[in-house]
Formats: sequence, C-alpha cells, structure tokens
Amino acid sequence: MAVAESPPSDPEAPPKVRVGRTPGRLGNRVFQGISTASGIFILIILAAVAIFLLVRAWPALIAAPSAFEDVGFMLGRDLWSWVWPLLFGTAISSVIALVVAVPLSIGIGLFISHYAPRRLAQGLGYLIDLLAAIPSVIFGLWGIQWLQPLVSPLFTWLSTNGATAWLEENVGPTIFTGYQAPARNILTAGLVLAIMILPIITATVREVFLQTPRLHEEASLALGATRWEMIRQAVLPFGRSGVISATMLGLGRALGETMAVLMVLSPGYLINFYLLQPGQHQSIAANIASHFPEASGLGVDALIASGLILFIMTFGVNLIARWIISRRAEFSGAN
Amino acid sequence: MTVTTPPVPVRTTRKLPKWAPVAVLAVSLLLALGIQFLGDGPTIAGVFFIGAILFAILMTVTSRVVEGERWAKDRLATTLVTFAFIIALIPLVSLLWIVVGDGLTRFSWDFLTTDMTGIFGQMVEGGAFHAIIGTVYVTGIASIIAIPLGIFTAIYLVEYGRGPLSRGITVLVDVMTGIPSIVAGLFAFTLFLVIFGPAYKAAVIGGVALAVLMTPVVVRSVEEMLRLVPNELREASYALGVPKWLTIVKVVLRTAIAGITTGVMIAIARVIGETAPLLLTVGIATGVNWDAFDGRIATLPVFVYRQYAQGGASADRAWAGALTLILIVMLLNLIARLVSRYFSPKGVR
Amino acid sequence: MSKRIDVNDLNVYYGDFLAVEGIDMVIEARSVTALIGPSGCGKSTFLRTLNRMHEVIPKAYVTGKAVMDGQDLYGPGVDPVEVRRQVGMVFQRPNPFPTMSIADNVLAGVRLNNRRISKSDAADLVERSLTGANLWNEVKDRLNLPGSSLSGGQQQRLCIARAIAVEPQVLLMDEPCSALDPISTLAIEELISELKNDYTIVIVTHNMQQAARVSDRTGFFNIAGTGKPGHLIEMDDTTTMFSTPSEKSTEDYISGRFG
Ligand SMILES: Nc1ncnc2c1ncn2[C@@H]1O[C@H](COP(=O)(O)OP(=O)(O)O)[C@@H](O)[C@H]1O
Ligand SMILES: [Mg+2]
Repeated sequence: MAVAESPPSDPEAPPKVRVGRTPGRLGNRVFQGISTASGIFILIILAAVAIFLLVRAWPALIAAPSAFEDVGFMLGRDLWSWVWPLLFGTAISSVIALVVAVPLSIGIGLFISHYAPRRLAQGLGYLIDLLAAIPSVIFGLWGIQWLQPLVSPLFTWLSTNGATAWLEENVGPTIFTGYQAPARNILTAGLVLAIMILPIITATVREVFLQTPRLHEEASLALGATRWEMIRQAVLPFGRSGVISATMLGLGRALGETMAVLMVLSPGYLINFYLLQPGQHQSIAANIASHFPEASGLGVDALIASGLILFIMTFGVNLIARWIISRRAEFSGAN
Repeated sequence: MTVTTPPVPVRTTRKLPKWAPVAVLAVSLLLALGIQFLGDGPTIAGVFFIGAILFAILMTVTSRVVEGERWAKDRLATTLVTFAFIIALIPLVSLLWIVVGDGLTRFSWDFLTTDMTGIFGQMVEGGAFHAIIGTVYVTGIASIIAIPLGIFTAIYLVEYGRGPLSRGITVLVDVMTGIPSIVAGLFAFTLFLVIFGPAYKAAVIGGVALAVLMTPVVVRSVEEMLRLVPNELREASYALGVPKWLTIVKVVLRTAIAGITTGVMIAIARVIGETAPLLLTVGIATGVNWDAFDGRIATLPVFVYRQYAQGGASADRAWAGALTLILIVMLLNLIARLVSRYFSPKGVR
Repeated sequence: MSKRIDVNDLNVYYGDFLAVEGIDMVIEARSVTALIGPSGCGKSTFLRTLNRMHEVIPKAYVTGKAVMDGQDLYGPGVDPVEVRRQVGMVFQRPNPFPTMSIADNVLAGVRLNNRRISKSDAADLVERSLTGANLWNEVKDRLNLPGSSLSGGQQQRLCIARAIAVEPQVLLMDEPCSALDPISTLAIEELISELKNDYTIVIVTHNMQQAARVSDRTGFFNIAGTGKPGHLIEMDDTTTMFSTPSEKSTEDYISGRFG
C-alpha cells in the first residue's frame, strides 16, 4: 500500500468527499487476506511434504542394518546398500531419456520455430503438447505393446553384430551384451521416459528459440548465411541457457516417473551398464509403487525413506533449473 | 552477441531442383526395401528406418556434389530437424492407434455402465463404471482443493505480492510443479496415517495427493492469464472509483475467465490420469464406492494398470479403460482449447 | 457539479525518486486547464495525484496539499476510492472493458461497484452519458455490441461517457488524443469544449495547437535534466501563455525551439 503523507485536513472544511469507512475497505482486507493466506498455504504444503516424509522415514534412517533382514523385498540388505542400486537405476534411466530426448527436442523446437510455416507453428506445437496430456499408465501399455516388439530387432542386431561380438571376445562385455527378448530392459524404459519428457523439454526450448531477437537473425541472414548458419550463429547461442534449464526440467520429471518404468522394466537390483539385459535395474519410484501395497512396518519406512531421497533429488534439480531460467531472464533482456 | 561473418555465398554451382528431395527419398526407400530383401525380408518399420538413414546420407552427398559444402550442411540440418519432428509424431500416432484399436474390442456402453463385482477368471463381462465414479470423486476432491487455492495464490502473486514472500512462493510453486507424483502419494498416505491411523482408506486421500500435484499447475496457468490482462483495464476501473478487490473480481478475473477455465481444465486433464499416487493411497475395489470418506475406491488409471497386470480377458478391459481415459483427457483438452478460442474477449492477448 | 482544486507545494515520489517537486497550482472550476511540457517532466505523474491514482503504483507517495473545494484530498480518513468517484480520468489509449457491451461499459462505474440500478434508470444513464460524450447517435443501434467493436476515436468517447456516467466533479485527461487520427481528435476536442460547461477539466497534451484550441489556462512543466524532478515553470491564461509568456523556456517550448 502506498503511503500518503499529508498534513491534517482543515476541520472547517465541508466533507464533500465522504470521509470514513467505505464499503471497499472490508472487502479489500478480506480479499487480500485470503490471497496471501493461499500463497502461504502453498509454502506450508511443501514444508509438510518434507516433514511428513522425514517423520515416517526416520525409523528407517536410524535403524540398525540388521533390522532390515525381516523386510522381504530388501533381500537382506541394509538401507543404503538397498537404495544405491535403486539410485543408480533411477539415474541411468533418466540419463538415457535425456540423451534421446534433448537432441530430439532441440530439433523439434527448431522445426516449429524456424522451419515450419509460421501459420502451422502453433498447431504443430499443440500436437507435441498432446503428448504431455497422455496419462503415464497408457505410455506404459504402449511401451509393452508397441515399442518393445518394434525395438526388439534393433536390440538383437546391437547385441549380435560383428563389432559387439569382436569386443566381447577381445575386450569384454559391452553395454549391448546379452540382449534377451522381450525388451524389458532399462534402454526400453529409458526410451519410453524420453517420449514422456519430450513435450516438457520441447515446450521450453521452443519458447526460447522463438524469442531469439529478430535483429540477430536478420543480421546473420543479411550477411548471406544459410538458414543453418543463421541458427548456429544467432539462435543456438541465444537459446543455450534455455536448453540447459529445459534439460533440467526434463530430468526432474524423468527421475520421478513411475508407471512407465514399473510396467516396462523387468526389475533387478544391480549396478551395471548392461542396457539390454532384463532384471538388472530398477528405479526408486517404480520400486515404491511395486512394493508399497504389501509392505508393512519397517518396510514402509524404508520405502518412504527412498521416496524422501527422490523428493530431495527432484527438488534440487528443479531448483537449479529455475535458477538458470531466472538468471537468463535477468541478463538476456529477452523476457 | 557477435555475429561472425560467413563467406559471401556466391553460388558457383547450380542449385538442386525442387523435386530433388522427393526423388532422393524414393530412391532411398527403394534401396531400403532391396537391402531388407537381402536380410530377413522387409518390414514396414525396417524400410522406413533404413530409408531415412539412406535419405539423410544420399541427400547430403548429392547436395555436396552439386551445391557445395555450405548448402549440403544446410540440407542435412533441414533433414535432421524435420526427422526430429516426425519421430515425435510416431509415438503420438501409434499410441492413439493402438489404444483405439485394442480399446474398441471391449469398449461399449455396457463397459461404461457395469462394474467388476462378481467378475473373475476369463469372464469377458464387467466394466469400469466403478472406476469412472472413483476417478470423478478423486479428481473432484483434488479440484475442490486445488482450484481455489491455485487461483487465490495466483491473485496474490499478480495483484498483491511484493518482495521476498512473493518471490519465494513463485520459486517454490515452480519447484512444486516438479514433485514426482509418487512422492505426492507418499505424502498423502503419511498425512492421513498420522491423523487417522493406519486402517483409514478413502478417496479423499487420493484427492489430497492429486491436489498437491494440481495446485502448482493451476497457479502457473492462472498467473499467466492474469498477467495478460492489461494494466490499463485495472486503471480504468480504479479511476471509476472501484475498490481493488472488486476490480480484481469483476475486471481482472472476468477478463481472464476464458484463459483461467482453459488452464484449470488442462490441469484437471493432467491429474486425471495420475496412477502412481492412487496406487499407494486408494488401492482398487471391484464395485462402486459411493462414500468418498470411507473405504477403498477404484479409479480409472489404477483399473487399467491392475487389469493389464492380470492379463488374459482382463487385458482387453485394460485397453478399453485406457481408451476411456484418453477420451476423457482429450475431451477435456479439446473443450479447454475451444473455450479459450471462442470465449476470450477481443482486445486481450 | 464542478469544483476547483487548489494544489499547494505538492511533491510526488516514486520510492526515493522525487519525480515532481513543489507544484502550486489553481485549477478553476468549469474551465479547461491544459498541462504541456516535454516528455518525462511529470505531467502524467502530477495529473494522477489529483485523483490519487498514483497510489496504485507501489511505493509512490505524495507530500503537500491538494484541496478540492475546501476538502483535502489527502486528508486523514479520506479513502482514495471516494476521491476517484469525484475525480474521473480518461487515459492515453482508449481502454473500454473488452468483456462488456457498449452499454455495460457506460454502466461500469455503477455495476462494478455492486450498486443496484433499475432497468429504466440504467437506460436513461446510458443515453445521457453517451449523448454527453457525443456518441449516442453513432451507437444507439448497437448498444449490445462489445465496446472493442468501435473505432479508436469512438472508443475514446466511450471511455469519456463511462467516466461522466459516475457524475464526477473533475475530469482528468492524459493525452486523450495522442492515439487517435485527426478527425477523431477534432471530435474529442469539440466534446471537451462542451464538457467544460459542467466539469472541471484538466488535460495533458503534447499538441500545442490543441492546448491553444481547447484550454482556458495552460501550465508549462519542465525538467532540468534526467533524474531531476519536474517543476511547474509557469501558468497563465492560455492566450497569454501562447502570446507573451514570461519565461524564456516556455517561449522556446511553445515555438518549437526546444532541445
Ligand atoms: N511507475 C513509475 N515508477 C517510477 N518512476 C516513474 C513511474 N512513472 C513515471 N516515472 C518517472 O517519473 C517521471 C515523470 O514521468 P511522467 O509523469 O510519465 O512524465 P510525462 O507524463 O510528463 O511524460 C519520469 O522520470 C519517469 O521515469
Ligand atoms: Mg505522460
């Protein structure tokens, strides 16, 4: 509220402008109160998420390693040696998803912003956004039913071609070693994740590409650059931080995605890079979903502890992504 | 930003004719077909996959020979960028294709109006009525919490918020958008566990979990819409002696209502398909549970997951459920777009 | 229904920045007062303090006095909302409410304030205000169309109709014609000459001829340099200002010899 510093008014003056409480005041108070309370309530929810998870995870975090022997799905491991492979599985599936999705998203972003006819751009963007609307459980079905048979010949070829065979013989196992159909491996899961995070990354990337100052683009074209040279000179450098933050957003989503991994991947609790073998990896989120319904006692606490770790990881990743975006907004002058 | 000077593109060679890419594409596809005949015999996927690779190579090489290096690079970039877009469309199209194809096997009025009581083994009857009701319940509860909370928070951020509190809320809302759905499920589970004890199972738990996921989406889209309302309209209202809160309600919200409706519907569409948090909180049931505050309840996404996991005749029900779910989501999206197209006041945006 | 305003040693701040300093001014009732001066010298800023619109901007505040017919606009207990009901404002760009019809735009001051009004009173008010704004004949057949369907000049007159529908004492206009074509500008200028029979009008304009044509008194604002506060250099009858101004800078500005 602005401060109006003013000397006291002349008491003699006839009150032509009505003095005192106007009906708007109470309304203003109440409305501002409700709005502010809502904002604060969101902070409370977020804090509550952290606190409630921590409270329930605490027994697992302080329990003696031997206490977990009764928890069937932990295979006799203690909390940390149980969480490590899950963390690894989460990370590797997310990395695969990013490796596939980021270049694709950049291509799609460029296609929509600089290649497709201007009139079509919005409609094409909407098509990609539709992908984001599809429920993850359906992506899971699609992964099993459509993607697995499709990639199976490719995986067979990857694992049996001459180069792989030669490496296996002379160097040792490669990441493609030992493919077994059906393709319920971490690479397939990563591919499904890639499709799922594609719209998230594309949305941001497309926006930054569209924001490239026309002046830079035209300067480049006026100097006789081809379209690709103009993109290299003007669009990509301008959009770099946007691409990085979009990547982080995609990573945040990939880390926490449950259903695709749960449905596509045949789980295992190992730390290795055999991308094509089933029964090697599992992600934290999928692991929670698959064991939570029948877990009890310390098992529930251990699962919640792994959920807390996931929460902290995604929180950090998203925070960094937002930080990059906000820095960009400050310095680029584009927003 | 510096723009380095590229060599002046004086064309010393001919440019490829307009039909060249089409010709190269045809040649590539034929070659791919031929290569496949040498191997295990052609498949559609194989022809397109190998054909695409061949096209990229042949097109670039042809351009390199006829047009020169810089134009060859440009052509390669165009090819790759276009491929990227097409690749993204493949999952969308194939997914809709198989969901509609497999879903129609069991999708029917009966499917929408019967539940799973007394259905077992390889019986092909049964439907998703109970799950649809459950989804309406759970999403309804989430909406009742998230929509007002989100709208008022957005109003705070746009109309009142200043300083560190507002900046903090903005950042944390953004971060909250990225909370994994399974974590939201764990939160709702522990919240009700602490308050009501371990035996309590009800739709409301799932509703709370979804509300956590939905609120930031609502905040973000409503905030964006409120910021689109020109300041001039607020000033016009103030200048007429209208108090701030009435200006917000009757001018700002009124002007943005179409956008807000769109945003809210898209937010609903986002959470309506959430599976993982409901798997943890509300479980599954075979019949309709009309009480949102007591007992397990079936929801459409969990229904799809569970039916598919059972296999056999149940898998058909899973696909029909998936079709139902996608129809609901697409319908929500479609209506949302129509609302924003036809009800946005002119002069805004 | 028209009032005079006495401004006494008024300073306007945006946070720490003193935008306008030491304004003393008398705005006569039933007359048109024009404010001229180069961009950024604080004309809009000053104008908005006359109906406390500056308080919409965070950290903006005022010291000094503005008295309307003996009533201090900044007196304790005076609600800015009440002040704005007495002192209406028309903006540079026409800004009819896009969600409302032409008639509803005129009634906005009533409807937005949740005041009840009978159908016939409403129709009366619409006709009276639109007639007052010289717009009635042009729009009487399409009162239910959206306000944004009108031309720019018509929209601006609609905004004037909207402002006079709440029956203010004073009408502030901040460059009301700068977004309009010459013909619409002429229409607005004619309207202003008619409106001054009922209202006190203060108009900011960049157009010297316009100031000369429509105003009775003219005030010249100037600024010593960027970052410095704006001042009221001189104020006099318009004829005097445009023929024999007492300050050199006024003469320079009016004759277009300004830096
Ligand atoms: N909302 C604001 N916040 C801070 N400074 C402002 C704001 N509006 C105007 N100013 C400053 O006040 C001074 C006067 O501006 P203004 O009243 O708009 O000038 P004029 O209308 O005469 O062109 C300028 O230096 C301008 O930068
Ligand atoms: Mg101005």
